[in-house]
Amino acid sequence: MTTDILGSSVKRTEDPKFITGKGRYLDDIKLTGMVHMSILRSPYAHANIRSIDTTAAKAMPGVLAVIVGADIPYNPLPMAWPAGGASGLQNNVNTPRVLATDDVKWTGEGVAAVIAETPEQAVDALDVIAVDWEPLPTVVDSEKATQPGAPQLHENAPNNIVFDWTVGDKAGTDAAIDNAEVVVRQRIVNQRLIPNPMEVRGDIGWYNPGTEEYTVWMSSQTPHIQRLLLTAFVTGIPEHKVRVIAPDVGGAFGTKIFCYADMALVMFASKLVGGRPVKWVETRRENYQSTIHGRDHITYLEIAGKKDGEITGLRVKTYANLGGRLSTIGPGIPTTLYGRVLAGPYKFPNVHCEVIGVYTNTTFVDAYRGAGRPEATYVVERAMDLFADEIGMDHAAIRRKNFLPNDAFPYDNPSGLGTAVNGEKVYIDSGNYEPALDKALTIVDYYLLDEKRAEARKRGKYLGVGLSTYIEICGVAPSKWIGAVGEGWGAAMWESANLKVHLTGKIILTMGTQPQGQGHETTYAQIISSELGVPMEDIIVQHSDTQGTPFGYGSYGSRTSSVGSTAAIKAAGKVREKAKRYAAHMLEASVEDIEVDGANYRVKGSPDKVKTIQEIAFAIDLGFSLPDGMEPYLDETAYHDTPNTTWPFGTHIAIVEIDEETGHVDLVRYVAVDDVGNKINPMIVDGQLHGGIAQGVGQALWEGAIYSDDGQLQSGSMMDYAMPRAAWFPNLELDETVTPSPVNPIGVKGVGEAGAIASTAAVSNAVIDALSPLGIKHLDMPYTAQTVWRAIQGAKGGAAGAADHTNGSNGKGGQA
Amino acid sequence: MTEHVTLTVNGQRREAEVEPRRLLVQLIREDFELTGTHVGCDTSQCGACTVHVDGKAIKSCAMLAVQADGSTITTIEGMAPEEGYHPLQQAFWEKHGLQCGFCTPGMIMVAADLLARNANPSDDEIRHALEGNFCRCTGYQNIVAAIREAARTMQAGATAPTPASSQA
Repeated sequence: MTTDILGSSVKRTEDPKFITGKGRYLDDIKLTGMVHMSILRSPYAHANIRSIDTTAAKAMPGVLAVIVGADIPYNPLPMAWPAGGASGLQNNVNTPRVLATDDVKWTGEGVAAVIAETPEQAVDALDVIAVDWEPLPTVVDSEKATQPGAPQLHENAPNNIVFDWTVGDKAGTDAAIDNAEVVVRQRIVNQRLIPNPMEVRGDIGWYNPGTEEYTVWMSSQTPHIQRLLLTAFVTGIPEHKVRVIAPDVGGAFGTKIFCYADMALVMFASKLVGGRPVKWVETRRENYQSTIHGRDHITYLEIAGKKDGEITGLRVKTYANLGGRLSTIGPGIPTTLYGRVLAGPYKFPNVHCEVIGVYTNTTFVDAYRGAGRPEATYVVERAMDLFADEIGMDHAAIRRKNFLPNDAFPYDNPSGLGTAVNGEKVYIDSGNYEPALDKALTIVDYYLLDEKRAEARKRGKYLGVGLSTYIEICGVAPSKWIGAVGEGWGAAMWESANLKVHLTGKIILTMGTQPQGQGHETTYAQIISSELGVPMEDIIVQHSDTQGTPFGYGSYGSRTSSVGSTAAIKAAGKVREKAKRYAAHMLEASVEDIEVDGANYRVKGSPDKVKTIQEIAFAIDLGFSLPDGMEPYLDETAYHDTPNTTWPFGTHIAIVEIDEETGHVDLVRYVAVDDVGNKINPMIVDGQLHGGIAQGVGQALWEGAIYSDDGQLQSGSMMDYAMPRAAWFPNLELDETVTPSPVNPIGVKGVGEAGAIASTAAVSNAVIDALSPLGIKHLDMPYTAQTVWRAIQGAKGGAAGAADHTNGSNGKGGQA
Repeated sequence: MTEHVTLTVNGQRREAEVEPRRLLVQLIREDFELTGTHVGCDTSQCGACTVHVDGKAIKSCAMLAVQADGSTITTIEGMAPEEGYHPLQQAFWEKHGLQCGFCTPGMIMVAADLLARNANPSDDEIRHALEGNFCRCTGYQNIVAAIREAARTMQAGATAPTPASSQA
């Protein structure tokens, strides 16, 4: 049942506290007796630790304790998502210790910690800790790291290889490429990014000596998972002795999914100082060095097909840089969330993908908004343009020709979604790709753009148009598929909800998911209001505290609206069924004769015989007159394991103008037609798309984490990393098609990542399209003025750009 | 060694003993416990710490507490009238100008400074006024829309309450 509240742009109930400065983020928390921790981090990207002398630091004012790795009896951090799949499986696992003991593998790995009365005293004492370092050779490039003679990071990982994973039909794809009329090959780089939530990470650990229980506040997307990982894998402290609380989270974008060393460190430190709460908040520089990075792929793609534009095969080999040690689900991102979705929205008959996961002397890499799917979309969408350019076909026409037809769904794609040995599969749930393409083409007047190109040339500009017709996978599940394909349980699966209707008729919905700005308190309340006919102001949504919420996997992978919402709807359904049974009891009717209309439960044919859910809740919760077998209280919990994943899709079109003289790229227009199924709150959906698009545009045009050859992070602060700014964007133009998902009762698909997944490829394709009159077929991101200027000069034969014209990427291109 | 500072913060006289190295943002957050002003970058790029000092938007991580001695400060907590919200706060709510909310106080403070100088800014002028304030959630689109909306309501003369501090 639905009412108008579902699908309407209700103002967010979260906002009053945030607009008045009354939000409560991790660093806003002050506890009685609280002390402060600061972490000494490695200045070397690769080194052995000969010794650490903490004597002087311990004598500094205000210092309570100085901790080194050898003091800590905990295990290394866990790795919860090995590269699964059918073939070539290796997982040569090395994860960080809480503090490094013998060696460091990247600049910023923690080696000692100071606990002091004030943050300033803790930082001051770091300066006098003396570490005797033995620097070692470094490698930061994933492809070079696998070559003979490269510095070796770990004994159990020869040639620095974490895994060599494949998916898809190798023989079929090889044959398709060998026999093709046209093959295009290209090396492309998907550069490393720093995610940059505006709030950095932090934790407060508190050991209660009276109960021997721990409470840990952390800026996290996954409080339940962190409690499990910290207890069962890292500290050995029993799970029921630890409570994890996430306060308001100031953005996350994947970075706050994971188990980090500092979480265990504040627990250890609080016990060490006799149960005083210990607070640690990273600096932005620490965030850049020691919170996860995203992307960082080097890919060799080969796309094969016919001269009429029909694609017959896609073969991909990717080096995925995973950093110096593995983050919590690092290997899962470039495998399942990348290789398995490489067919995009197309009916490619043959796809084969090999991914080599690699250790390098860099910060660990894990899920950043989109996580694998932006990288896959970038490969497929660049490949489509490369192939179209080779055969002289229009970029929209080649996509249309290869789209999956509307009757293909549910669709089992050839890049391995159905590889489970026991037959478990996930499918592309639903799709209808051409209308989104048509709508986007119409909005930009696609077929009239040649006039604009000519007009731009008169102004010294190159105008380019880029398409990205993407799909993505949300709410990775079901659990039995994840188990069957050997993905490990880090992939997340089911979700939970508890719904209580209290005596006064007020409702508390408690969720296992965890917001970071998405407005869950609003959207879940809309759902429950719609389900139970109760006004939104009578509903509050709770989350973020392992004490009092049912176990849940948290929020990432665009899973909350599909999987979490269904758990909430199921809990509401259980409440409604119990209320119906009690209404029958109150109204002396049979359950079958009770009709539910919003909050009213009435007897069919007797409109005056009616009870509201508030009246029913009051009576059930009191329990004065319960029918036989009914328990008191209107309180139901539901766990939902979704039967399948959901697959948003759409067409994004970017239009850029490139200044011939300076190489400056101006994004002049951006149109996005997305199909995310039904919408719970269209205003919030648009906001998610805006933010995702901006992040993806940021990768194409400005952002990139830069390491020197010796592993120093040169883009080590916001002074050096190109955070996108307001003036760099045009007004984003959004439109929609709506293809409801059959996977959940409200037909939603998920929207947290779609913008970021589609937009990088759209802008990249637009830039290459603009430069194509110069003969440029590919250029690696980001398209800074310098990079583009050099490419233009190189293409024109100028000396300045000649060396860099292909950006090191085009040498192995060409066609068979 | 500490220095004594006296300031007017959101209309109230406040005093503190501070180390010379203490930043204004630390004074506001730690000593005065006004935690609506945030620290996002440590290097004066992100603008999450923006407050008004003597009526002008400044980044409070780029000013020492001792430099602010004697000045009049308005923080996000001082923007709303007794009842309701400042038009910028209202517009950020109406237009979905925030998601995680972390950059929001700084955005509102810098936007108030803009609208004091330019009551009817163009979208371009709004975007350029946000040059020193980063948001990672919204793509800035609805922040721009919110500031445009606030300018409209404030121009309409509806209710443009004066921040508490300016009345002191």
